[in-house]
Amino acid sequence: MLDWRWDFTFDILPRLLVATGNTLMAAGFGYAIAVVLGLVFALAQRTPSRVLTVLVREIVEFIRSTPLVLQIFFVFYVGPQFGLRLSPWTAGMIAIGLHYAAYLSEVYRGGLDSVPKGQWEAATSLNLSTARTYFRVIIPQAMPPSLAGMGNYLVGILKDTPMLSVIGVAELMHTANAIGSETYRFLEPYTLVGIIFLALSLPTAAAIRIFESWLRKKLGMI
Amino acid sequence: MSYFEFLSQYGDRIISGTLVTIVLTVLAALLAMAIALAAGLMRMAPNALVRGVAVVYIEIFRGTSLLVQLYWIFFVLPLFGISLEKFTAGFVAVGMNLGAYGAELVRGAILSVPKGQWEASLALNMSPAKRMVRVILPQALLIMLPSWGNLLIELLKGTALVALIAVADLMFQVKQINGTTFLSAETFGTALVIYYIIARFMITPFMRWLERVMQRKLGRA
Repeated sequence: MLDWRWDFTFDILPRLLVATGNTLMAAGFGYAIAVVLGLVFALAQRTPSRVLTVLVREIVEFIRSTPLVLQIFFVFYVGPQFGLRLSPWTAGMIAIGLHYAAYLSEVYRGGLDSVPKGQWEAATSLNLSTARTYFRVIIPQAMPPSLAGMGNYLVGILKDTPMLSVIGVAELMHTANAIGSETYRFLEPYTLVGIIFLALSLPTAAAIRIFESWLRKKLGMI
Repeated sequence: MSYFEFLSQYGDRIISGTLVTIVLTVLAALLAMAIALAAGLMRMAPNALVRGVAVVYIEIFRGTSLLVQLYWIFFVLPLFGISLEKFTAGFVAVGMNLGAYGAELVRGAILSVPKGQWEASLALNMSPAKRMVRVILPQALLIMLPSWGNLLIELLKGTALVALIAVADLMFQVKQINGTTFLSAETFGTALVIYYIIARFMITPFMRWLERVMQRKLGRA
């Protein structure tokens, strides 16, 4: 029957906490890539070129409907076949960044669509260039409505980092697996990983909700 | 090796893996719907204890990773005396995880059924159970169907993780084939395309069709 060992728990806790740092780093890097690349995907779908729009749209759909874990394997193993070796971290960041860029581009798309048409007309009548219109007028207004969705995917990316363990990124899940196979004890490491994830994601989600309602009030949306 | 040779040699295994993935998806989807309905309704119960159980369930499964839950169910649950076979553990983990997300959809949909419908069924002296089953749920179902389409695609993607506890699904098969042939682009690429086809040309059209059927049944078409 169940025997939870506290001494063992405190033995492995430091290792898990170090790994938590790696998890946070992976989520942070991945999210940074996704935030920028997602905007590229969203803007690419608004160019006059029909071909580019359809192409990017299909790529986004493809990335969104296939499993992240398979994409991680794909990025990690396909490179070496063509003579390009990627470290687990690089491959992992590319895969998770691309995956969430596809999701975030949908969030941005909604935000960009919500900017009133008059803003475009005003920018045109002021003779602003397209780049200036986007970066000084449209994107700043598209950001606030996108922030809620962006926050949800921040929590999402954090919860998806355990998948990086499959290619050997030393994050939480990977460390828990290692402890499990060294000591044949799975109860404590896996339970602690679950608790650490709860301790990270519940406050983050709560903070995002508070921020969202603060933002709505601030923008006079209530 | 050309791609055709690759397919003729390993096609059988890829197809058998695909079938396992589809069966897993269907079983996990049924479980997720049942859990979502139960947890969603419990979340709105007048009894605080019932509500609390649902909230704890939803927060735990939404707050941690599917992979963590899968490993926990497969490796730790046996220590409590509950040993699940790996296939069962796989779809139970996926179903329970997506069920927690679905519960919020159910709750949201029920709350967005217009208030007049509740009042009308009260005025007709319907019992709470009858009101829910005959009036509220059918309308809530129509409201949440589009979101369920997205959720089912998430569920399909979630099933790929069961390969990590050695269930012989599509992901597992291509990983094995890759291990012996090192044809990574062919193996993983084929699997990506198959997942895409299932999501885009099976799940999405099926949900659209279901939506049309429901609309007709409710006289909204």
